[in-house]
Amino acid sequence: MKQRYLPVAILIAVLAVGLALPLATNASAPGFYIEVLLGGLMAGVLYSLVALGFVLIFKASGVFNFAQGAMVLFAALSVARIAEQVPLWAAVLLGIAIMVLLAVVVERLVLRPLVNQEGVVLLMATLGVSYFLDGFGQTVWGSDIYSIELGLSKAPVMILGDLFKGGILINKDDVAAAVVAVLLVAALAVFFQKTATGRALRAVADDHQAAQSIGIPLNRIWVIVWSVAGVVAVVAGMVWGAKLGVQFSISQVALKALPVVILGGFTSIPGAIIGGLIIGVGEKMAEVFLGPVLVRAFDLAGGGIENWFAYVLALLFLLVRPEGLFGERIIDRV
Amino acid sequence: MSAQPRPFVEEAPRGATRRVIGEVILSVEGVSLSFGGVKALSEVSFDVREHEIRAIIGPNGAGKSSMLNVINGVYHPQKGTVRFLGRPRQDVDTHEAAAQGIARTFQSLALFKGMNVLDNIMTGRNLRMKASLLAQAIRFGPAEREELEHRAVVERIIDFLEIQAYRRTPVGRLPYGLQKRVDLGRALAMEPRLLLLDEPMAGMNVEEKQDMCRFILDVNDEFGTTIVLIEHDMGVVMDLSDRVVVLDYGKKIGDGTPEEVRNNPAVVDAYLGVSH
Repeated sequence: MKQRYLPVAILIAVLAVGLALPLATNASAPGFYIEVLLGGLMAGVLYSLVALGFVLIFKASGVFNFAQGAMVLFAALSVARIAEQVPLWAAVLLGIAIMVLLAVVVERLVLRPLVNQEGVVLLMATLGVSYFLDGFGQTVWGSDIYSIELGLSKAPVMILGDLFKGGILINKDDVAAAVVAVLLVAALAVFFQKTATGRALRAVADDHQAAQSIGIPLNRIWVIVWSVAGVVAVVAGMVWGAKLGVQFSISQVALKALPVVILGGFTSIPGAIIGGLIIGVGEKMAEVFLGPVLVRAFDLAGGGIENWFAYVLALLFLLVRPEGLFGERIIDRV
Repeated sequence: MSAQPRPFVEEAPRGATRRVIGEVILSVEGVSLSFGGVKALSEVSFDVREHEIRAIIGPNGAGKSSMLNVINGVYHPQKGTVRFLGRPRQDVDTHEAAAQGIARTFQSLALFKGMNVLDNIMTGRNLRMKASLLAQAIRFGPAEREELEHRAVVERIIDFLEIQAYRRTPVGRLPYGLQKRVDLGRALAMEPRLLLLDEPMAGMNVEEKQDMCRFILDVNDEFGTTIVLIEHDMGVVMDLSDRVVVLDYGKKIGDGTPEEVRNNPAVVDAYLGVSH
């Protein structure tokens, strides 16, 4: 048991040093460091929200839902375009209704006919759903860049201005997004761990046949879990959309959720969150503080670290702890 | 044995226990099932009485598991009906069969590997949980009470199966024989009217088999649960069951007490003749 944790401990120690070192070298301007940290956390919250959708569906159906990114985009598009006609709260409710409808359709047309097929078949099916949704979203809602106005002022607020020079600039909608993410995660964790339905979802995740034999209706569970993932997609889509604008790239950025779930564990909701935060902070820190070091020390160009950092970190985790930080370690007796 | 409308008291084949064998609770009437051109079951009829232990035996490929899956609602027969508790069922799905009171265990284990023993057995109570999702989530009074009640039932089952020491152990870490017990425990947690056991002793050593035999008999005695089981071990079948159905190539070739079946020439030819 001991040597299993050692590499993980080393990895985490390295990450912690990576986090602390830039502060030590930039002690004169802690404001900038904290801003980078907050920026990373914010990006991390966004990753986490997408990763959550992956984890939910994987937990309950054992399906790796490639379409989660497309669902986020579709939800964001729906909310953004509907909000042009009706108040935002109504647009959100309608967006949720659309995602629930989508869950019903996916269950009926994709999952039910493919029940008991290999995991890879279902993965391919969700890949199909993903490309369909990308295109269908454009067909229905258009392919321009749309905006979602959360009604918070865009002007950054300065805090801690009297503590050190320059203070820290933060955005209100970033804070709102973080609060929403925390609430969402808390609700989901309680749902999975404390309710009979949550237990049923976990049961379905482990063994479809056995779950049915104890009276759990598979089809209903799938609709429930895809609906929940749809609601998460609405939240993620709104947060992303408010920050970056609703555009096609949202569904691509969602691929960053892959390293997040590898880091956190495919079946862990807290893992999705913490994994998202680690990757968000890690890549921002690496980009801002590691980049210049590489430039100075090795005369490299130094850019683009943000693009690969997450995947390299995920690879390291696959090597030392394939089940992720919080994943369930399933022991198969051979 | 002809169908008798009145419950009768029967001397149990073992010990001093007297169980009341009740009325027919499950009847399979002229069931035929085929996959493509392959006939798995043809025109099979038999019945199961309340509180009895009914075995289905037969050589490999005789259609035993298919029969169990028909009762369980996994397969829907092309012909014939299954009548449970007097009601005919057509195309009942597995989870609906479960809701009607049919539980099962699996030949190859199908436990929830990500959960510990306690949670696995607790899932068997799922159908009986009535509190709303929200109430469960916030552990609101009645929901909390309900959870505790179910937990108490599960604890009794854990005591009964003598797996107290493994409550919090992930099921994947348990030895095979204990995993089989957890599988049985999960089915028992449903408090089923009818318990289907698909080769409960498959792959077990002698000691584990003896334990499992004892548990099956105790379940039947103490809870009065009606049991239908498939088993290869003839000694086990003859000791355990009240009545035996014999299948061969999807057809019923024998039906009766172990004694009757043992002396049935068709059965001897098809099955016992081979294995003895």
